[in-house]
Amino acid sequence: MIQIGSFLFLAILILLGASIVIFAKNPVHNAIGLVLTLISLAVLYLTMSATFIAMVQILVYAGAVMTLFLFVIMMIGVDKEEERRESIKVQSFLVVGLVFLLFGLLTYVSLVSGFKWDLLFPQAEYAVIGSPESIASLLFTEWVLPFESVSILLIVATAGAISLAYGKNRNLG
Amino acid sequence: MDMQIPTDWYLTLAAILFFLGSLGIMIRRNVLIMFMCIELMLNAVNLTFVAASRHFGSFDGQVAVLFILVVAASEVVVGLAIIVSIFSKRSSASVDDLSLSKG
Repeated sequence: MIQIGSFLFLAILILLGASIVIFAKNPVHNAIGLVLTLISLAVLYLTMSATFIAMVQILVYAGAVMTLFLFVIMMIGVDKEEERRESIKVQSFLVVGLVFLLFGLLTYVSLVSGFKWDLLFPQAEYAVIGSPESIASLLFTEWVLPFESVSILLIVATAGAISLAYGKNRNLG
Repeated sequence: MDMQIPTDWYLTLAAILFFLGSLGIMIRRNVLIMFMCIELMLNAVNLTFVAASRHFGSFDGQVAVLFILVVAASEVVVGLAIIVSIFSKRSSASVDDLSLSKG
């Protein structure tokens, strides 16, 4: 019972945060809504006993990424009105059509599966607890090649960000 | 036996979250908010991975989540650097003004 209650509570918080991200006018409010979503997701991961992922979610997403977002929002300024003019002719109709298509696809898939996914693929008997040890034992054996390439990606991203910040139109230092 | 939440619930929540993210991509013009919606969609995928990992009793899904997290972080770093450098030239955060590479 308490599992269902906590799941529903967290799901409501996650969707509330997501709607704030989409519909709020002030970019700072959007960022706060995103923080709400990310932290609720981290707590949801905790209830799914993925403890390491929950901690990384809080550190990386709610910590680093959101700080970066807020920095850029403060630099760019928040008092800009969003323009409503259409640059493509039938833009709004296109969006409405796409939204209905996507929503229809979503409901269709969930109706066809009939919330019986558990029966199609039998659930494992045992529960796994995503502790750092268990994830590391997989990460440094089976997944070591993706791990190394991801480290290269991080270095490239850092170099790219630095070279973008000190572009040719600015004098270095 | 204590009540386990069925995996379908997590998958449905992730699908709704992904839908909201793509909706935001389509209806907003502000570059920053579109970036946040990309984050929402990535998080929906992460939730799917963790749900599948819990369902099948394997850690591979959680390792994949770790990789998605790293890719998302580097994407945000590069994307925000691009936004800042664009903004220093034309002082607008609307995607409609960024038509420089239009054919």
